[in-house]
Amino acid sequence: MSQVTSAKETITYREAVREAIREALRTDPRAFIMGEDVGHYGGCFAVTRGLLEEFGSERVRDTPLCESAFVGAGIGAALGGMRPIVEIMTVNFSLLALDQIMNSAATLCHMSGGQFSVPLVIRMATGGGKQLAAQHSHSLEGWYAHIPGIVVAAPGTIDDARWMLAAALERLDPVLIFENQTLYNQKGCLSDSPQRDLAHAAVRRTGRNATAVTYGASLGKTLEAAELLQAAGIELEVVDLRVLRPLDDATIMQSVAKTHRVLIVDEGWRSGGLSAEISARIMEQAFYELDAPVARLCAAEVPLPYAKHLEEAALPQVDSIVAAVRKLVGADG
Amino acid sequence: MSFPPGVWTRERARRGLWQLLRIRRFEEKCVELYQAAKIRGFLHVYIGEEAVATGVIEQLQSADAIVATYREHGHALVRGVSAGAIMAEMYGKQEGCARGRGGSMHLFDRATRFYGGNAIVGGGLPLAIGLALADKMQQRPGVTACFFGEGAAAEGEFHESLNLAALWKLPVLFVCENNLYAMGTAIRDELASQSVAPKAAAFGIAHAAVDGMDLVAVDEVARRAVEHVRRGEPFLLECRTYRFRAHSMFDAELYRTKSEVESWKARDPIELFTARMQNEGILTPVDREEVEQKVAAEVESAVGFAERGTWEALEDLPRFVYAEAESP
Repeated sequence: MSQVTSAKETITYREAVREAIREALRTDPRAFIMGEDVGHYGGCFAVTRGLLEEFGSERVRDTPLCESAFVGAGIGAALGGMRPIVEIMTVNFSLLALDQIMNSAATLCHMSGGQFSVPLVIRMATGGGKQLAAQHSHSLEGWYAHIPGIVVAAPGTIDDARWMLAAALERLDPVLIFENQTLYNQKGCLSDSPQRDLAHAAVRRTGRNATAVTYGASLGKTLEAAELLQAAGIELEVVDLRVLRPLDDATIMQSVAKTHRVLIVDEGWRSGGLSAEISARIMEQAFYELDAPVARLCAAEVPLPYAKHLEEAALPQVDSIVAAVRKLVGADG
Repeated sequence: MSFPPGVWTRERARRGLWQLLRIRRFEEKCVELYQAAKIRGFLHVYIGEEAVATGVIEQLQSADAIVATYREHGHALVRGVSAGAIMAEMYGKQEGCARGRGGSMHLFDRATRFYGGNAIVGGGLPLAIGLALADKMQQRPGVTACFFGEGAAAEGEFHESLNLAALWKLPVLFVCENNLYAMGTAIRDELASQSVAPKAAAFGIAHAAVDGMDLVAVDEVARRAVEHVRRGEPFLLECRTYRFRAHSMFDAELYRTKSEVESWKARDPIELFTARMQNEGILTPVDREEVEQKVAAEVESAVGFAERGTWEALEDLPRFVYAEAESP
């Protein structure tokens, strides 16, 4: 059981998410969490461990395996005045609930002429890197970011894991939170004055030679790459999107105007993906700031394979980020 | 079905007839207006099935919730959504009950807890589960009535939702409007077992099937079903009914015979109810005439309201994608 943590104590991303859920359940009687194995099992990724004992089975509610029905039930409960937090084990399973997310959660406010809103939070694990193969590893948050009517958040830091949920629960709109499954064991300290909004990207590292725009699990890899590049005299600025819908164009463009070179690092696929959208916005809004074409480093266009070396090769890694930045700034001649 | 003693006073019978006729005459006008291109998009009329919405919704209280399908004009009317606001919605006017954002298939009304208007077959059932869960968790006595066709019984969400309702003991009244066709696919080609009500038994849910053309029968069974749900358990009510008109305005009706349609029209719910009430000496032909006049005036007024309605300003197009109110 995690306890209330002081700002300087080291905690994991998993504990930060758990603490956020605990806080919501403690402070808002309308809040409850439901999903597959969130109760007795303690959550597929152990995020909700201990919450059943603390809050009981009404508010930490195990569901049958019926993604469409329990996500739809979350929408209905939100319409009925509750503040449901629905956990879907992984993004791949969320496709069984895509109808409810797309056709109900995202549309009800608009279709009803603003009479009804859906204050629902859906959390799910996303991303590869755990050798879970092609039905448990994809990064489909970029797909979801295509849909007007929902907010898409991707906490890539301990602070965001801790505070984004509260920001999401303050909204009257459906918010999807994508937690990259490789981050759950990441350790860190909570900062004293964390950013708590669901509107802005964050510059995680400043630099003057190039900008990397990224989010989620690629954030840590990109920051690691920035360290290596620093040693070679290349200063990489790192923009963490944090929120994939709506995109914070201003922060991206400010960085582009400063460095004039951009690499987008995205674990999603390249074709029709989020990286394409960001690239297009840079062309539209900051074309004359660019000293080089926008570069992209994305997942290989394959269903993610099981074998470790193949999976690693399919995803952006520190080495490939370093290489892409070096190429972007012309450091390789 | 035997005639229940004491239930049908003259006042109540007139009200029942009024609701049936409101749906019928309103929708006849809708078809006319569609042909005049005043209404566009998909228009699915409920003509022939009026006794179902009337018989069920009249049992509900104002705190109860309703989830309906894309064939929901009747449900909205019986629930008390104003005919003018419904007609204006079909015109696409901002005075419509969804400000022209929904149209015929997506009628919504917060004041009467009318949650649409869902055009994904089966898609409303999980919403009803959640609305009932919210009532239960907040210790409110509400019933959520969820309407769907027999076509939805082939969808996974039907089975998922019945399971959740039974598992969590939720106050949901599932109302299957079995009109024998999922669009143009006959029930014999869609359901391996063609009775919907008994499917509830697999989940331990109480259930009943009723002649959906007979308002007296629907009223009686729905009253008992709502009482059951109000005690905190779900119920599946199958109403066997028939759609007299085409599925939508784009339906050549190649999949059924005229004689089949005619045989069902011989059991028109309005004529059945009128005859029954006159035979029992509760209503007279004068009552029918008076109710017809009242309904005609309401429909005319609704059309006038829609005609006088205004078009939402184009700069308002992006509104309501996200909630405008602050979180309470």
